[in-house]
Amino acid sequence: MEQDHKEHSLLAETFNANESRVDWHDETLWWVRQKRDRMAWSIPEWEELREAASRIKHNVLGNMHDYLIEFEKNAIANGAVVHWAADAAEHNKIVLQLLQKQGVKRMVKSKSMLTEECHLNPYLAEHGIEVIDTDLGERIVQLAKEPPSHIVLPCIHKKKEEIGELFHEHLGTPAGNADPKFLTAAARQHLRKEFIQSRVAITGVNFAVAETGEMVVCTNEGNADMGAHLADVHIACMGIEKLIPQRKHLGVFLRLLARSATGQPITTYSSHFRKPKEGQQLHIVLVDNGRSRQLGREDFRNSLKCIRCGACMNTCPVYRRSGGHSYHNAIAGPIGSILAPNLDMKDYADLPFASTLCGSCSNVCPVKIDIHQQLYKWRQVITKEGYTKKTKAAGMHAMNIVLSKPGLYKTAGGVGRWVMRTFPAVVNNGMNPWYKQREMPAPPKESFADWYKKNRK
Amino acid sequence: MKVGLFIPCYIDQFYPQVGIATLSLLEKLGCEVVYPQGQTCCGQPMANSGFEHLTSGCNTLFVNHFQDFDYIVGPSGSCVLHIKDHLHVPDREEKATHIRQRIYELAEFLTDVLKVESLQARFPHKVGIHQSCHGQRGLGLSQMSELVAEPFSKPQQLLQMVEGLELVELKRKDECCGFGGTFCVFEEAVSVKMGKDRITDHVNNGAEYITGNDVSCLMHLEGILRRQQSNVKVLHMAEILNASID
Repeated sequence: MEQDHKEHSLLAETFNANESRVDWHDETLWWVRQKRDRMAWSIPEWEELREAASRIKHNVLGNMHDYLIEFEKNAIANGAVVHWAADAAEHNKIVLQLLQKQGVKRMVKSKSMLTEECHLNPYLAEHGIEVIDTDLGERIVQLAKEPPSHIVLPCIHKKKEEIGELFHEHLGTPAGNADPKFLTAAARQHLRKEFIQSRVAITGVNFAVAETGEMVVCTNEGNADMGAHLADVHIACMGIEKLIPQRKHLGVFLRLLARSATGQPITTYSSHFRKPKEGQQLHIVLVDNGRSRQLGREDFRNSLKCIRCGACMNTCPVYRRSGGHSYHNAIAGPIGSILAPNLDMKDYADLPFASTLCGSCSNVCPVKIDIHQQLYKWRQVITKEGYTKKTKAAGMHAMNIVLSKPGLYKTAGGVGRWVMRTFPAVVNNGMNPWYKQREMPAPPKESFADWYKKNRK
Repeated sequence: MKVGLFIPCYIDQFYPQVGIATLSLLEKLGCEVVYPQGQTCCGQPMANSGFEHLTSGCNTLFVNHFQDFDYIVGPSGSCVLHIKDHLHVPDREEKATHIRQRIYELAEFLTDVLKVESLQARFPHKVGIHQSCHGQRGLGLSQMSELVAEPFSKPQQLLQMVEGLELVELKRKDECCGFGGTFCVFEEAVSVKMGKDRITDHVNNGAEYITGNDVSCLMHLEGILRRQQSNVKVLHMAEILNASID
């Protein structure tokens, strides 16, 4: 993929040009984090539940091959057609061929981060097929011609007034009406028409049960069900890591998912799809797209445990203050920053650095992914692979020389502080990013080492 | 008990008073403290920037300076965590391991090793605690708000021993300040915004001082406070715990 975007730091700087908007974005997501906290505290065994989920996924990652074969066998026995896609291109091609076979030019899709990852919508548009996203948030960003900024709350960056304007322009709602209830009803009317007309429906998959060959899709709006039940053809697209061994394990994951994501006890709909109804076709597309490569990276393997709850985004102090689009990837935030470099290390070399390594993400993660430690490790890999800016590398080498030689360190420190005291403009200027909005620390005459020599021995 | 005093580079250069307070506090509490001359840096600025492979010089120096102490104590959760997680020197792994197991951040050394139960200190002010992430989430100095687990706080335990000190409650008790090492310059906009938001929380709750266990976070907050010409000051916890009774 060609780099046609700015780096996270620049995009974040642009986002920060409007401080009150940053405050609003931060407070909105912090509110979700607090809801998540209250829900977590309502379950005394919360931490044990996280541990159980993490271990179940550990088992899945260690036996991926067997579970995939088991799932495929059971899904076929249920009457589904199973397709295997090595990468995004193959996934898109499979979906296109299925649509072309049906001769459809317009179809509905419920939320699927995988199809975002594969850029399915623009691909189908190029081939003359229009996709109508039926998740309300996704429909909103689709009308705005923007990508989602959050995996669970795709339009969290938009204010209700902006949504009112969009709906006025595209759905003909009265100008100036930004009442969420009214707008939701308008969207429902608009989408209902699409549901009824659509002969094909694409859905994502939250959990695929190897034991039964069934899939579970979690939504709050019931839009996956509306699409899949009304269409002649249901295409379910899933990353291969969505597997869980047995149906009973849903008891662990369904309890964790919505509590972590939005602070709900459970999603409004947890829909099980097992067999196509009579006369209907059910297609399941199993997508690798770099997942088996990530599985082979020992340090980063655990990132595949992710159940896409978005809790790491809601808690991330950087995400809340830089917005999802600053990550220029389908999946933003901390989890996106450890998944993206696996897809394209050069293009996403900036993302593991878009963090203070505060560790809050790892603590909220319902499957206990060591996200902040993986961010640290990606930094090392990216540097070793040569994707660091030359100026930064030169600075680090210079730092190493000074810090490895106590005499040089002492001299450099003394001279540096003298310069700062005598010619403060040398550091207090526009070239110094620290100084832009912060004062430099006051340089003392004496270092601690100097003081100690005089006062102790 | 022989304690090696680890004073991180930026404290040595810019905040010697924090080193002095740490030394004086440990001596008051009866420790035999030595500051090995020639120490520089734990190597974290390079490692966190993706250049861990350049830290062998720093690692060797660290082992040279601290291998012979019963305990190593430093007034910085972040630097101590870096050593605990990453100090390795080929062929001297035994010494490096000794250091990794025996290095303590000041507050945890006071509560866990010295088991301090009272302090002769007085600081009649309203104080907000800034929980530095590496100390809190890395070293476990206090319980983390994300976890469903019993609350505790070693820094708070110590500050409550100080006469006249009043701790202020914060709206977000353990959100990152945005310093983040080189993050503070490479992601300047977000870094400063995070710092400003932390400060607002302390100020809104009436803090006259912001204290913590990491000078790096405090240096960042101080830079913003001074630019805002605020009256609120930052102090490392050692400076408060060492504040004299008279």
